[in-house]
Amino acid sequence: MSKEPVAVVGVGQTKHVAARRDVSIAGLVREAARRALDDAELSWADIDAVVIGKAPDFFEGVMMPELYLADALGAVGKPMLRVHTAGSVGGSTALVAANLVAARVHGTVLTLAFEKQSESNAMWGLSLPIPFQQPLLAGAGGFFAPHVRAYMRRTGAPDTVGSLVAYKDRRNALKNPYAHLHEHDITLEKVQASPMLWDPIRYSETCPSSDGACAMVLTDRAGAARAPRPPAWMHGGAMRSEPTLFAGKDAVSPQAGKDCAADVYRQAGIADPRRDIDAVEMYVPFSWYEPMWLENLGFADEGEGWKLTEAGVTELDGDLPVNMSGGVLSTNPIGASGMIRFAEAALQVRGLAGEHQVEGARRVLGHAYGGGSQFFSMWLVGSQPPAS
Amino acid sequence: MPQVLKAPLAVEFPFTRSLGPVQSAFLTGLRERVLLGVKTVDGRVLVPPVEYDPVTADEIRDLVEVAGTGTVTTWAWNHEPRRGQPLDTPFAWVLVRLDGADTALLHALDVPGPDAVRTGMRVRVRWAEERTGAITDIACFEPYDGEPEQPAGHSGEFEDAITGIVAAARLDYTYSPGRAQSAYIHALSDRRMVGERCPSCRKVYVPPRGACPTCGVATSEQVEVGPRGTVTTFCIVNIKAKNLDIEVPYVYAHIALDGADLALHARIGGIPYDQVRMGLRVEPVWTDGSRFPDHYRPTGEVDAEYDTYKELL
Repeated sequence: MSKEPVAVVGVGQTKHVAARRDVSIAGLVREAARRALDDAELSWADIDAVVIGKAPDFFEGVMMPELYLADALGAVGKPMLRVHTAGSVGGSTALVAANLVAARVHGTVLTLAFEKQSESNAMWGLSLPIPFQQPLLAGAGGFFAPHVRAYMRRTGAPDTVGSLVAYKDRRNALKNPYAHLHEHDITLEKVQASPMLWDPIRYSETCPSSDGACAMVLTDRAGAARAPRPPAWMHGGAMRSEPTLFAGKDAVSPQAGKDCAADVYRQAGIADPRRDIDAVEMYVPFSWYEPMWLENLGFADEGEGWKLTEAGVTELDGDLPVNMSGGVLSTNPIGASGMIRFAEAALQVRGLAGEHQVEGARRVLGHAYGGGSQFFSMWLVGSQPPAS
Repeated sequence: MPQVLKAPLAVEFPFTRSLGPVQSAFLTGLRERVLLGVKTVDGRVLVPPVEYDPVTADEIRDLVEVAGTGTVTTWAWNHEPRRGQPLDTPFAWVLVRLDGADTALLHALDVPGPDAVRTGMRVRVRWAEERTGAITDIACFEPYDGEPEQPAGHSGEFEDAITGIVAAARLDYTYSPGRAQSAYIHALSDRRMVGERCPSCRKVYVPPRGACPTCGVATSEQVEVGPRGTVTTFCIVNIKAKNLDIEVPYVYAHIALDGADLALHARIGGIPYDQVRMGLRVEPVWTDGSRFPDHYRPTGEVDAEYDTYKELL
């Protein structure tokens, strides 16, 4: 028996900011969930199950927060699942929800991911003082910066490519009312003059720390037929993982990322991603990850990703727009960041992305990764139902 | 076999909580000796209050004052109070349904022993002397045989309401790095770096993990590596990290020790930060009283060719 086609009929998110001091965690997730239901014109009673994700519990210090969020998400008396795969969790949460629909376990599922980073300090949560271990000397940016240098060495990319990505994403964010950073006076010169934090990564090439939530309503063919607005159809979805550090790990272009993309393309019948995919919303917490992922995801040959960025191909009006929403560089509630990527892909193929809409986007890839390039999750959504 | 190491690990952080409207009213109420519940769509009063109706999922904001007297619905005796609990002498954990509420609140009951507790007994709030807007503003409950108190019908609106609290959390663990890492750490005290080789793929892991993450098999063959190695990649850190007494800028590098099949991470010294490069040959610098090398410094050898370390970034 074939799988049930999965449609996204509702998308909702909060206005992402540094600190939402006016709401509890319950109030925050509620806001995104309510907006997703409103988009789908559904009520709590129409939801069969809730699948929720967030990054480590130490980020807020509430152990298993999903238990106390059941009331806020209308999940009392229904199945509720929590997913955790570090920074990629927003993507894998959506895929777990999608699989419940595809397997015909449930007809309509609410999926949601969040982080309220202002309640703690993510850097602290990621660097607990484990006895007998040498403390990490550099912080999150310092963990990734050596990989960026390795990419530059391997490809010969000019130093300026990272700043081009940051300048583009911050300008895209100005078109997205939900984005955290709205730097109206951004210029390329300002990005290039921003302080060098972890050389080769500058301040303006790093992501912010945000409070925010993102939700989607996923449903089956019958649910999509009742939807008031055009659905996004899932054409492929996959997850892969590998250890953070192992002998032979390619941190610049991890095998798990390549395998994950290949699986998605096979499901979706994508022969040439560069030609067959109209836009990409990918997880870029540090600007240089755009050219790195362009190669890892098969949009460019190895060593060639930076040339797409440099040529303006990934601009909003380019041939392959990347991070139309402003990306993780403009908004980063860690647990929600993966789902925001997936949701942006859905908005694009639904034609509902507003000012950052890519004209005629029919097939868009949403991508997330997490840990030390350890977990990957991706989906490809289209404006038309998948050919069965 | 050398002794497997163990050490305490305390995970401690002062988390902040944005309360939202309902918890804000509840905790501000405690500060003012007012107990508030919230009315659900079907008319029940929940204490402590929640923001969303557990049955209908509606947003609920109708705050109702309840009494400081109530009835124990169930209990358990706590023989040995732990740090941070409401009382430092043995007490009963009780669920108390306050007069006017339909649900019960968890708190402590101050009685001399378990014989003095029973389900159905009447109790009353004992307020803390100093109240800040926290659940600890209720010091505990105490036995009570008077008339039910009559709530004054407070609206739940306060001047100077609390909107956030700090909730300090602490978890105490006993941490053990296990057999393989213990052996590695013991060897470090002789200033030797000893890894383990995978019997299947032959890769040498330093520090060793006791198993190969690629092959999924146990490792036991010990291999001494280094002490010299090659900087495979690095970054220059320009921001001072909390709790780290290192002057910036400094270089944080991946170093492939000779004989190891993946890089470890360490600081480079003994050379201006802007002269560090990929391929630089380095050796450890040990200081007395420190388990790990303080940093690595150049050996003076010619740089390694890129092809010799490009798989070890």
